[in-house]
Amino acid sequence: MSTHAATHDDAQHDDVPKGFVHRWLFATNHKDIGTMYLVLALVMFFVGGTMAMVIRAELFEPGLQLVQPYFFNELTTLHGLVMIFGAIMPALVGLANWQIPLMIGAPDMALPRMNNLSFWIMPFAFLLMLSTLFMPGGAIAGGWVMYPPLILQTGESLAFTIFAIHLMGISSIMGSINIIATILNLRAPGVDLLKMPLFVWTWLITAFLLIAIMPVLAGAVTMLLTDKYFGTNFFNAAGGGDVLLYEHVFWFFGHPEVYVMILPAFGVISEVIPTFARKPLFGYKPMVYATASIAFLSFIVWAHHMFTVGLPVGAQLFFMYATMLIAVPTGVKVFNWVATMWKGSMTFETPMLFAVAFVILFTIGGFSGLMLGLVPADYQYHNSYFVVAHFHYVLVTGAAFGIMTGVYYWLPKWSGHMYSERWGKIHFWLSVISVNVLFFPQHFLGLAGMPRRIPDYNVAFADWNMVSSIGGFVFGATQLIFVGNIIYTVYFAKNQAPARVWEGAHGLEWEVPSPAPHHTFSTPPEIKPGMLAHGDIAH
Amino acid sequence: MTQPVLPTAQPSVSRRVVRALLAMASVLPAFPALANPQHPSAWQINLTRGDSGLSHDVWDLHMAVFWVCVCIGIVVYGVLVYSLFKFRKSKGAKPDTGFTHHTLLEVVWTTIPVLILIGLAYPASRLLVYENNTAGSQLTVKVTGVQWLWRYDYVDYLGQPIRHVGLISKLAEDSNEARQGVPGISPWNIKSKSGVRDYLLNVTEPLVVPTHTKIQFLITSVDVIHGFWVPALGWQADAIPGQIHDAWGEFDNPGTYRGQCAQLCGQDHAYMPIVIKAVPRSEFQQWLADRESKAHMDVISRTAQVVRASETQPQG
Repeated sequence: MSTHAATHDDAQHDDVPKGFVHRWLFATNHKDIGTMYLVLALVMFFVGGTMAMVIRAELFEPGLQLVQPYFFNELTTLHGLVMIFGAIMPALVGLANWQIPLMIGAPDMALPRMNNLSFWIMPFAFLLMLSTLFMPGGAIAGGWVMYPPLILQTGESLAFTIFAIHLMGISSIMGSINIIATILNLRAPGVDLLKMPLFVWTWLITAFLLIAIMPVLAGAVTMLLTDKYFGTNFFNAAGGGDVLLYEHVFWFFGHPEVYVMILPAFGVISEVIPTFARKPLFGYKPMVYATASIAFLSFIVWAHHMFTVGLPVGAQLFFMYATMLIAVPTGVKVFNWVATMWKGSMTFETPMLFAVAFVILFTIGGFSGLMLGLVPADYQYHNSYFVVAHFHYVLVTGAAFGIMTGVYYWLPKWSGHMYSERWGKIHFWLSVISVNVLFFPQHFLGLAGMPRRIPDYNVAFADWNMVSSIGGFVFGATQLIFVGNIIYTVYFAKNQAPARVWEGAHGLEWEVPSPAPHHTFSTPPEIKPGMLAHGDIAH
Repeated sequence: MTQPVLPTAQPSVSRRVVRALLAMASVLPAFPALANPQHPSAWQINLTRGDSGLSHDVWDLHMAVFWVCVCIGIVVYGVLVYSLFKFRKSKGAKPDTGFTHHTLLEVVWTTIPVLILIGLAYPASRLLVYENNTAGSQLTVKVTGVQWLWRYDYVDYLGQPIRHVGLISKLAEDSNEARQGVPGISPWNIKSKSGVRDYLLNVTEPLVVPTHTKIQFLITSVDVIHGFWVPALGWQADAIPGQIHDAWGEFDNPGTYRGQCAQLCGQDHAYMPIVIKAVPRSEFQQWLADRESKAHMDVISRTAQVVRASETQPQG
């Protein structure tokens, strides 16, 4: 009986399910689901990017040329929601799906059917949200933060958007449960917690953050829904409610959310730099502790998004100190990356180029973050283009560059072929130059007094806006090279990638052939000395 | 060839290099000069210093934290860039795989940032407490954000209540026409009397305040959240329905100071500028007296109308 079952299983395991519906719609394989997450993220990256192109085109010169102000607000709102929930987060979940089982020697995610559900919710959530663009009255236009009372002036698209956000939240929570269950239960014998790759660590911590915050967002938007449709007054001052309640609840979600987007990217960078420096990660344990500290601190700094609402001085002081404190563990991470490069033997393939750019440019976002943390200075920067510059440095040259680093780093493992190094480098150099032309002048605009979320502006802001828009168009076009390179690698490249794609790479994912077979580690691997990147060094 | 070269006419190369460096260095302090406190300038790259002791303090803090970031950046990027060139495989660098942890280094690069942060937190805290203390203000103005205009009401001046003096300030007609694409009006052609290109930064009627006066602003909203931001004051404050947000500011020099709504408030968010006209105190007193007597006359004439109407109206 048991023998029969075993042979039956074996026969199934080497089979890739036939047919589109069986392979993808009924997917339970972590690699297939990871691929779908990454494809969805790439599609949404271009949907959100198209919106950004329209925004930058409208801002190319003063006066209204292309869109009406209300539609402009719809675009900025959806650009934010699509990029955060549609591009960055699914891309990171896609990396987690592919890599976590491979990195810890697990056969799959712990809960494969739930994994299928948490992916397949997402396309429908985004269809629902994007469909509001075509509804009477248009999509929501109150910014991705959806502050009442403004957001309650929206038409019926608010209900659709809130339902979409609920779906994304359910998906994120299920994904997080899956990641935590996988990491805590399915590690191969010998892969102790403190021997796990940093990418796995950062995702473990991120998953806990997500479980803590997504219900809070769900609560906030549900209160918006009942205020609009059921006559409650949570946020209606005239009915005894409090507008600031929404801001507090939203940012209790919103601040940890920004770390949800950056911590896994930290993890990717912490894998890539040691590989190309041919030297283990410097300060492995401090890196883990710094990640945990950032996660903890992220829960007690939310009100720095609200410094200009008129909080009591004591509260402003507390949130200022807590915010400044985040610079310490973040600094520890940057210093350890630099120390990993120190006395290394570096080569600069595309993933390493992106990783180095990540360290340099994310740090610029960190500097402007420190500036924003000082309340009296924030009173001037708040809601200006300085803030736009700040969060695009941490989210584009931070999170998005981190994801691109990961894609170039692991694509040969996934596809079995090497991407085009030449086009990878062209993609990198064009991206890194244009992204700075795009976002650096926005610091100047903000300091000069240009508020964010405006479609039209005084002529004094014209020059830097034009520079920024030109950078934006180049950056947007450059991403087509990225897509082209991925399509080339997956479908057309001839050169076979070796199992250990990179000379200096360590870890279990490099012990399986390239491309990684449909099923890996059906029996747990035997960990030999030197196999794990952090296995045999007493840190 | 044999003529002696006059040192004054032809400075030596080294002196010219020094002069060029000095000229380049002088550009840095010149950046704030680019920033006119009254309105933004083309190619402006830095914050305005504003026009009061408070806004100067804010600017000093801004520059202090900026230079701290620059210094940290020089050190961190310096080490990083040095590594990028020094520890290359192509240059024959061999990895020192033993250099993977160093407890003292970790302690040092945790402690030094903490000390730097304390150094920044101290002046920031002092300034914050000072900035949030509206006690002792001499003029109180209530600022109300409305979709999409600002309403200003004068509450009291030098301890005396002011009755019925208020004004509504919305986007000036020329900007309004230009932004709606009325042919023949370009954003570039809109200029104030003093020649400032004030497209989207001009209003029908500015808020008039005296110079050298601690002004308390009581900021609120009747509909959605707005943001009251005039960079020359050195701060912005959200206007929130159901709440009164108090803040204070001052102007040292007469002038027309321009700002904008900073918090997204709907489709015309970009079209509700804030313009504050600071005038000498004597001029302000005169302006206020005129407004008060006009308001008084309005009240009298309205009362008269009501009385006449009730006299002629049949009772019932």
